[in-house]
Amino acid sequence: MALLSDLINLHLTDSTPKIIAEYIWIGGSGMDLRSKAKTLSGPVDDPKKLPKWNYDGSSTGQAPGEDSEVILYPQAIFKDPFRRGEHILVMCDTYTPAGEPIPTNKRCAAAKIFSSPEVEKEVPWYGIEQEYTLLQKDINWPLGWPQGGFPGPQGPYYCGIGSDKAFGRDIVDAHYKACLYAGINISGINGEVMPGQWEFQVGPSVGISAGDELWVARYILERITEIAGVVVSFDPKPIPGDWNGAGAHTNYSTKSTREEGGYEVIKKAIGKLGLKHKEHIAAYGEGNERRLTGRHETADINTFLWGVANRGASIRVGRDTEKEGKGYFEDRRPASNMDPYVVTSMIAETTLLWNKS
Amino acid sequence: MALLNDLINLDLTDSTKKIIAEYIWIGGSGMDLRSKARTLPKPESDPKKLPKWNYDGSSTGQAPGEDSEVILYPQAIFKDPFRGGNNILVMCDAYTPAGEPIPTNKRHAAAKIFSNPEVEKEVPWYGIEQEYTLLQKDINWPLGWPKGGFPGPQGPYYCGIGADKAFGRDVVDAHYKACLYAGINISGINGEVMPGQWEFQVGPSVGISAGDEVWAARYILERITEIAGVVVSFDPKPIPGDWNGAGAHTNYSTKSMRDEGGYEIIKKAIEKLGLRHKEHIAAYGEGNERRLTGRHETANIHTFKWGVANRGASIRVGRDTEQEGKGYFEDRRPASNMDPYVVTSMIAETTLLL
Repeated sequence: MALLSDLINLHLTDSTPKIIAEYIWIGGSGMDLRSKAKTLSGPVDDPKKLPKWNYDGSSTGQAPGEDSEVILYPQAIFKDPFRRGEHILVMCDTYTPAGEPIPTNKRCAAAKIFSSPEVEKEVPWYGIEQEYTLLQKDINWPLGWPQGGFPGPQGPYYCGIGSDKAFGRDIVDAHYKACLYAGINISGINGEVMPGQWEFQVGPSVGISAGDELWVARYILERITEIAGVVVSFDPKPIPGDWNGAGAHTNYSTKSTREEGGYEVIKKAIGKLGLKHKEHIAAYGEGNERRLTGRHETADINTFLWGVANRGASIRVGRDTEKEGKGYFEDRRPASNMDPYVVTSMIAETTLLWNKS
Repeated sequence: MALLNDLINLDLTDSTKKIIAEYIWIGGSGMDLRSKARTLPKPESDPKKLPKWNYDGSSTGQAPGEDSEVILYPQAIFKDPFRGGNNILVMCDAYTPAGEPIPTNKRHAAAKIFSNPEVEKEVPWYGIEQEYTLLQKDINWPLGWPKGGFPGPQGPYYCGIGADKAFGRDVVDAHYKACLYAGINISGINGEVMPGQWEFQVGPSVGISAGDEVWAARYILERITEIAGVVVSFDPKPIPGDWNGAGAHTNYSTKSMRDEGGYEIIKKAIEKLGLRHKEHIAAYGEGNERRLTGRHETANIHTFKWGVANRGASIRVGRDTEQEGKGYFEDRRPASNMDPYVVTSMIAETTLLL
């Protein structure tokens, strides 16, 4: 076994029943993913059966040095596409030793909203379109762009092919298969309008699992860019000027919107969202004001507007939903660096729990 | 069969019963690992059944040229992750032809302590957190750091992911699986606070096997960095300044600590360690004074203090141990270049025999 890859790809099931579990959590900035691994005595498929763990919160800006333990509660299991075999990825959230969610833990409050009976009975579905930009390591300039310069203007790149139009497809394709392997509900990918920018979609996922799946998909993506020697950015406007920003459009439906008469329920829901536009915008990602300008297929950040097939709107309803009188709608406001726990639960809360009076 | 790899990966089990045994020992500096291989007639899993061997001690600073034979006593067997099949790694310690442990042999005295009835009955468990730094070959600057410069300050690297935060994960992941394959009780890994620095944990291991397993894990790690063309450093403060050092925190428990009322036993044990702070520090690794400054999650080398969940203490007790009234504690003082035979046996000796 002379190669590193022979060792990395060792299939251990003949040597030991032990498996490796990679515990993943969100760090102090709310966007930095962290993980570490532990050995378990055998395969586990129920997150409730996984042991809690802890980490040094003083190293992630989440606890002081004299009282540094932050506890990890396992919430969702996915197959590990890097270690394969019976090894797993474990999405966790974070608590104080006393059992309180720490301030950066957005999952706990989201889970409460999703287990409220009013929400549970509506079986909320989410489809999230995660856009991101690949950057060259060390210079942090988009992948494929000339150093010190710019590529030709937008036009040829959206869903484009060819070495002069598509930059980094290896990463995107590796990510697609890795997520499918892991058990994430990844529904598609496409090259985006700005060169070096891509998108993947996760869903339809029910309730809290939308957030779990999107965070793990982001984790797998950054692990893959690490292997590729490239940097991934979730900044909503990585290059100022006549270059598209990056969003995380969130498609949403409930039992009622999916059934006969659903279109009326959709219009009522959109009405409620319009009344809470400022609150939602405040929670839809840092730096979004650089992206939501009213140009580049966005609606201005201070405007709430909805429309059928309108990509310049805050909320877009598809033509098929309009025709069939039922379906889903797309909230186009969230930025690529949004927290899916926050966005998904807030949409559910505003449309299902909030009373306008 | 045109490639070197085809030959390296030859599965010999259909051709011959013979196996290859790689005998490993610690050289004259106390940190340099050495090894050489021999053919054995058939598979073997009991170290007592392996033949003793010898090596040229004058080439490792362990014997004079006119009387250079040092004898290798096999002590522990692990599966060889590099050769696969039935081939093995054999952890050995070193003796004179007359049967005396040579001065650099720290295992011998440790084994005596661990077979003392007072210690044996307490079934001491050890979990050792081995930190290490990966360096670029030839320039000996940390992996991933710009040549002639520094990366951004510490913060994003602890358990971090991404090409700008995690340097050398291939080595770490290969090492994790290789150790599991070998039969080493490796319990986890994580990226550390300084970029290019990593940690693996071995344990819980009982008594003398903690030392055997950590040494074998270090051997496998350096063999893997050899393949990767990278250098591994166990220096406790590889880069001076506002960069974390590298330690080998040693977690410890005995039967009494793990039972009801264990927390009181733990406090008594910590007290005993406090009374022998200077002696322990002297044996906890060369250059530790550059690391134990009181900053970067260490306690000052002259200070002995303990606390619950306190990473700035010499000894840290976890919150769960405090809550459950029993468990284990973590001696944070040992440096990454400590000898696990020395540290584990000294902790047992101070807390159980003195």
